[in-house]
Amino acid sequence: MEGFQFPILSAIVFIPIFAAIIILFMDSKSRDLIRGIAITAAVVVLALSAVVFFTYNSIIDEPGGIKDMQEQILTSGSATASTEMYVKGMEYREYLPWVSSLGISYHVAVDGLSAPMILLTGMVTVTGVLISWNIQDRIREFMAFFMLLVAGVYGVFIAVDLFVLFFFYELAIFPMYLLIAGWGWVKLREYAAMKLTLYILIGSVVALVGVMAMYFVSGNFFSSAAGAEQLANAISTGILPANSTAFSFNMQQLTLAAELGAFGELGYFGVEGLTFASFWFPLIFMGFGILAGLFPFHNWSPDGHVAAPTAVSMIHAGVLMKVGAYAALRVAIQLMPSGAEIHMPWIVFLTVINVVLGAFIAFRQRDFKYVIGYSSVSHMGLVSMGWATMNLTGMTGAGLQMFSHGAMTALFFGCVGMVYDRAHTRDIPSLGGFVKRMPWVAVAFAIGGLTSMGMPGFSGFIAEFPIFQGMWQASDQITLTLGSIELSNYYSILVIISSLGIVITAAYVLRVTGQVFFGEFDSQKYPDIGDIAIQDRVILLLLGIPLIVLGLYPAILAPMVQSGLVPVVNLLGGM
Amino acid sequence: MSEFDIARNLLVVLPELGLTILAIVLLLMDSYLPKGSNRTIAYTAAIAMAALAATPLLFPPDETSTLYWGGMIHYDWLSQIFKVMLLFAGSLTCLIAVKDHQAGKRGEFYLIITIATLGTSLMAGSADLIMVFVALETLSIPLYVLAAFGKNTRSSEAGLKYFLYGSFASGILLYGFSFLYGFAGTTSLEGIASAIANGTEIVPILAALVMVLVGFGFKISAVPFHMWTPDVYEGAPTPVTAFLSVASKAGSFALLIRFLLSVFPADVIVAGQSIQTFWINLVVVLAVLSMTLGNVLALRQKNFKRMLAYSSIAQAGYTLVGVAALQSNSDLAIAAISFYMFMYIFTNLLAFGGLVLVSEATGSDDISNMAGLNRRNPWIALAITIGLLSLSGIPPAAGFFGKFFLFQAAVEANLVLLAIIGVLNAIVALYYYLVVIKVMYVDHHEDEDQPIAMPPAYAWALGLATVVVILLGTIAVAPIFDWARLGAQAIIPGF
Repeated sequence: MEGFQFPILSAIVFIPIFAAIIILFMDSKSRDLIRGIAITAAVVVLALSAVVFFTYNSIIDEPGGIKDMQEQILTSGSATASTEMYVKGMEYREYLPWVSSLGISYHVAVDGLSAPMILLTGMVTVTGVLISWNIQDRIREFMAFFMLLVAGVYGVFIAVDLFVLFFFYELAIFPMYLLIAGWGWVKLREYAAMKLTLYILIGSVVALVGVMAMYFVSGNFFSSAAGAEQLANAISTGILPANSTAFSFNMQQLTLAAELGAFGELGYFGVEGLTFASFWFPLIFMGFGILAGLFPFHNWSPDGHVAAPTAVSMIHAGVLMKVGAYAALRVAIQLMPSGAEIHMPWIVFLTVINVVLGAFIAFRQRDFKYVIGYSSVSHMGLVSMGWATMNLTGMTGAGLQMFSHGAMTALFFGCVGMVYDRAHTRDIPSLGGFVKRMPWVAVAFAIGGLTSMGMPGFSGFIAEFPIFQGMWQASDQITLTLGSIELSNYYSILVIISSLGIVITAAYVLRVTGQVFFGEFDSQKYPDIGDIAIQDRVILLLLGIPLIVLGLYPAILAPMVQSGLVPVVNLLGGM
Repeated sequence: MSEFDIARNLLVVLPELGLTILAIVLLLMDSYLPKGSNRTIAYTAAIAMAALAATPLLFPPDETSTLYWGGMIHYDWLSQIFKVMLLFAGSLTCLIAVKDHQAGKRGEFYLIITIATLGTSLMAGSADLIMVFVALETLSIPLYVLAAFGKNTRSSEAGLKYFLYGSFASGILLYGFSFLYGFAGTTSLEGIASAIANGTEIVPILAALVMVLVGFGFKISAVPFHMWTPDVYEGAPTPVTAFLSVASKAGSFALLIRFLLSVFPADVIVAGQSIQTFWINLVVVLAVLSMTLGNVLALRQKNFKRMLAYSSIAQAGYTLVGVAALQSNSDLAIAAISFYMFMYIFTNLLAFGGLVLVSEATGSDDISNMAGLNRRNPWIALAITIGLLSLSGIPPAAGFFGKFFLFQAAVEANLVLLAIIGVLNAIVALYYYLVVIKVMYVDHHEDEDQPIAMPPAYAWALGLATVVVILLGTIAVAPIFDWARLGAQAIIPGF
């Protein structure tokens, strides 16, 4: 470490935690001060996130930057190329030993995949605080728990140590439960809050056991003569920290183990033909996939989103579902690529069901918020589908979709919340003509809708197009053997089926936009509906503009996401 | 040991000596001080025990276990770490009892707690069947008295129930010991171990093993020996319940580790079968039953104390997962159990301490009475919240690390399925813990504009416990865990 570096990532995580503690002990009557502290913390964190995002972005293409580094490593033909690219692609690293005897360290950094997620979290945090501006009931507790939730989400995205990842993942659970159970929609909140919490936790704790098993398998590998040599090698070239021992939760070391084939050795559990990766991959991938809304475990998501207060719906659909997709990629695919090659060819079917079924159900809903809830399931299916392509094009699309959908769905939920706060109903047929009273919301919803349909010029297009393209590319490379039947080229058929999802998306978006915002406005039924407040406009701008900017100028994000995925794709043998 | 070195031998039992003197002092204070000076007595007891908690650290033991007092007492890091946590348990219990109208208002309560602490502290280092039994009874008899301390029928019922079940369990344990003595001809654990290693008869050993497990199963309230727990926990005065739930568990686990590892180790093959496989299977069954039943029954409770009783059954189940993982013969499992008990003592006393204040103010232990607690006193609400988060294993509280270590030990011992059952149970448990937190922060109550005061004794006790639980879950985990590993290495052969 040369000189003192401002620990910007730790600041991003700990500022919300400190804000939460301060808020929790304030006088509950000083509402302005509470809101002031919350919004200050949120804005500072957003600013820091933006600094992280843009400084990382600026070093991708410059000479000697991330791209050059990756090319150099790939042409060198090193046997540990992926690990080297992964490690050297990290910026803002902070490393502190924690429980050294178990190989646990406080180890955080960002790469091309997590930096956009940091920015997205910052955006949703600020807008979440703003949209909760006028909460009447116990605003102190609400803001404190909201800040804790944000800290947990940030922690997952910056974690390089698997233990740290789980630490923050679990940390996010209890504030989320309290927010939904305490401030949600009265009819559904207790049921939905508990359902959501249980679903999410079940997946994550099974994954946690898998990760513990991974720790011992990789530890035994690095304890063997050949492994110890590799470990010493990696330490001497600076790939791993100098105090690394054989047993570790450091994802860089586990990636190295994966690349050297430690998880692909036959005979796991004494079963012939079973490897560690082939046994644990589906459990860990699905475990995190639950949070990403993967079929058939998507059931918690619409209920949870509908029951949650607006700010929590925004952060939940906007960011937390991405936590699931992100962790599924980082822990399952990156650390067990051989398992991915075995299992992804059938998991892809689940993602197609996700996309099509989610869209169909969304189409059938009368409740405004349920439409958006199911549309999230459908769109998150596209992210998982992108992971299933296992090539750079498709996975980059999935990475872009995470950002695009995050901003879009937060915008959607924000719009729904604004309409509901004024109309006090979410029943689509009884709404209508709101464009006359709330033009900003109508425009913002239309932007979100166009993004959602994948219209060129909006970020949805530049995210979804590569996913489908990646599916075509993967089509003649992936085969699935089921007993005596061998399926090949079926990815192209799946693309055609899932494009049906896009068509239905267009149908429900247009229907909802038409029925809610256009048509006759019933001024007797809604006599005192005015336009939105200034902080609501900030929300719409903050979430809407990135959708257009990204749509018109994808180069601001695409190379970055791609650089983050190159090591993973290389592990999958796809470069 | 050729010569009896009296100074060295006295140093070994310094905490116990201190506790004995303290007990005499408290007895005199209670007799001669004017009525109503229970606070002075409580502070004296609490401060003295906290000070004694430092003594096990003053004279570091050798790396391997050493026997003292003619082979009666082990002196090693494992016994020391347990002594430290048990002395803290006694100290904190005295503080959280001050305002309790059933127990804490009477001076003799503190005297009896001190004697019980002495018993459990002796348990941590026992190396001989006689010592084990004397220590166990020194702990149990005061607890029978304390459980009946309240002046109502529920407390008397709790006392009688606890006495009947407890003495029955002691009887079974003693019967098991008699088998071991009859088999080995000696009462020292080492002697028994070598006799078993050279023996050929399997039936008496297995019978003794089962009886020992049953006896300890009662003490740690593992299913199916848990029947007394909910009634006794609910009926006894809250500070007594608090002490009961932590001290007798921690002491028993310390003994159980020693017993299973030294008397029935893996390399003992009796009649062609490793005796270890046998007890591992038994412990796995106990662990699964305790976790599952404890958590499932806790779900339905409306009374916070009763809920904590079932939760403590489940917590015993998690710890038994660590006991089952002892088969891997690594230091991780023992260290995990020690760490878990260490953090469990502070965690549980935190929850019970908050409960004393709430129930003294509202007159009931019902969960619904805790509504709006955050607006009545945010500090109490925060203390209980941290305690419950730690019990459910949510970071940043210490319980997350505690469970993590236990389940990791299980995975290391190839008990992956057991670990999965354990983590799924932790989720079930989360349900009832979270509901209480929700009630305190979110629900409304008609009295919520009446604040609840936090007396200084509680501020100290809850403050200390909260800080310890948070530190053990964040920055202080490494030193304590490494210390626990040291204790583990002292008793594992080959380290």
